[in-house]
Amino acid sequence: MKQITAILEGFGSTLQLLIRSIGYAGTLPRQWGRFIEQCYMIGYTTLPIVAILSFFIGSVLALQAGYSMQNFGTQQFIGSLVGLSMARELGPVMVAILVAGRVGSAIAAELASMKVYQEVDALVTMNIPPARMLVMPRLAASLVMVPVLALIGDLVGWFGGAIVSKYTAIISIEPEAYFAVLRHYTHFKDVLNGLVKAEIFGFVVVLVCCNIGLNTRGGPREIGASVTRAVVVSLILILVLDYFVTQILT
Amino acid sequence: MAGTSHTRNPFTQVETPAVGVTVEHLSKNFGSLKVLKDVSFAVQPGEIFVLMGPSGSGKSVLLKHIVGLELPTAGRVAVDGHDAASEETRERVRMALVFQSGALFNSLSVYDNLALYPREHRLADEAGIRQKVMHALKILSLEGTAKKFPADLSGGMKKRVAIARALVMEPQLMLYDEPTSELDPVMSATISEIIASLRVEYRVTTIVVSHDRDLALNIADRVGILMDGKLIFLGPPSELKQPKDPIVADFLTPKIDLQHPRFKQLET
Repeated sequence: MKQITAILEGFGSTLQLLIRSIGYAGTLPRQWGRFIEQCYMIGYTTLPIVAILSFFIGSVLALQAGYSMQNFGTQQFIGSLVGLSMARELGPVMVAILVAGRVGSAIAAELASMKVYQEVDALVTMNIPPARMLVMPRLAASLVMVPVLALIGDLVGWFGGAIVSKYTAIISIEPEAYFAVLRHYTHFKDVLNGLVKAEIFGFVVVLVCCNIGLNTRGGPREIGASVTRAVVVSLILILVLDYFVTQILT
Repeated sequence: MAGTSHTRNPFTQVETPAVGVTVEHLSKNFGSLKVLKDVSFAVQPGEIFVLMGPSGSGKSVLLKHIVGLELPTAGRVAVDGHDAASEETRERVRMALVFQSGALFNSLSVYDNLALYPREHRLADEAGIRQKVMHALKILSLEGTAKKFPADLSGGMKKRVAIARALVMEPQLMLYDEPTSELDPVMSATISEIIASLRVEYRVTTIVVSHDRDLALNIADRVGILMDGKLIFLGPPSELKQPKDPIVADFLTPKIDLQHPRFKQLET
């Protein structure tokens, strides 16, 4: 019962934070510096790990598919499998998981630390709403940067698949043939659906991590607990939302 | 007492009405723990009011009610006649709280800490903000720290930067939470002098929460003593020089009794 109450409280406070933050959307032009800083944090600093992970996800996908599909002599269709899997599912979900681990944890730690060391209280007494200064620029940056990361993840994953397809003896498909099949079966709508998913996941991750950070109570030990909670809740939400968003988009 | 009901802006020298604070039958519970029990007092505009009491007596919680960071379980706190917890009051009355820890923004330089309030509220252009910030730093003898970060400052400097940041807000009500704690006696005296001189210069209403007996006796217009969530003394500091209440006397001038130590009495 206590856990259900805590979940409902968390949901309610997250919704309140969302409404308050949206109310400050008009202040974005004069918070341009903070918005750019958050774009850098969410986008630029996450890009290398997204690229590395996506490359190997695309590679492994091609390798596994290659071993299975050679039995049926259908390895020429690997491009479609890698293309669709990356665009519709693995690209957005993996990017969201990386954003939760890399960015969400950092947001939760920073805001929890500000809360514990009374910096958030200082903002309130200065009549500077934390939702305006700390949350809104992060949400706006997530809306811009997470789909960009997902798109880059898709492209790098496809490229990884192409390299493995060419240099693995049992597959041996030229990149031209690989990309021709990929282009034929992977449509713009598939990529767009993936980007919409990434957009939703990234926004939810940043919102949840901000809320958990800002609701931290107690001493320094609670900062670590908040970070753990933020990442775990984000991962659960990504996978739960993935099911429902996929249902809606297909 | 200051004898005036106007706060003078430290930068423009324009006078705005100083504000009073009223605490009426305030009680606060955290779960089953009763932290404040029916506390009532009023602070006049322009007054320095020092709230004393042992650790855990509820002083800081009371201060948080005045700035609206806590909501009362029962009773009311009003600033300039308006509910302290409402956002409108924060917009109408400029209140500044100097936190015990300083609560400086660690990711910002000292300059940016001070410039944050006028920037966010668009009180001046960047040149005007620079003038305000440098003036506040000069008042607190902190000119050389503008580019430093809070982590590079000593405890006394952090307290002074926190006061300077409050000063930039051009407050009508200044609140200090343990401004002299963790400081050496000379720095404690310096901070006390700063608090008193800011009131004299700018006639800001001042509420100080402190254990510091010297601070209370030297700069307060009135003193309140909070013990176990109840206000057990309210009056001018002169009455504290020879207190009639033995509990107040023991709090202000505790004697170290090696024959009958207090912690042994607590055990029994």
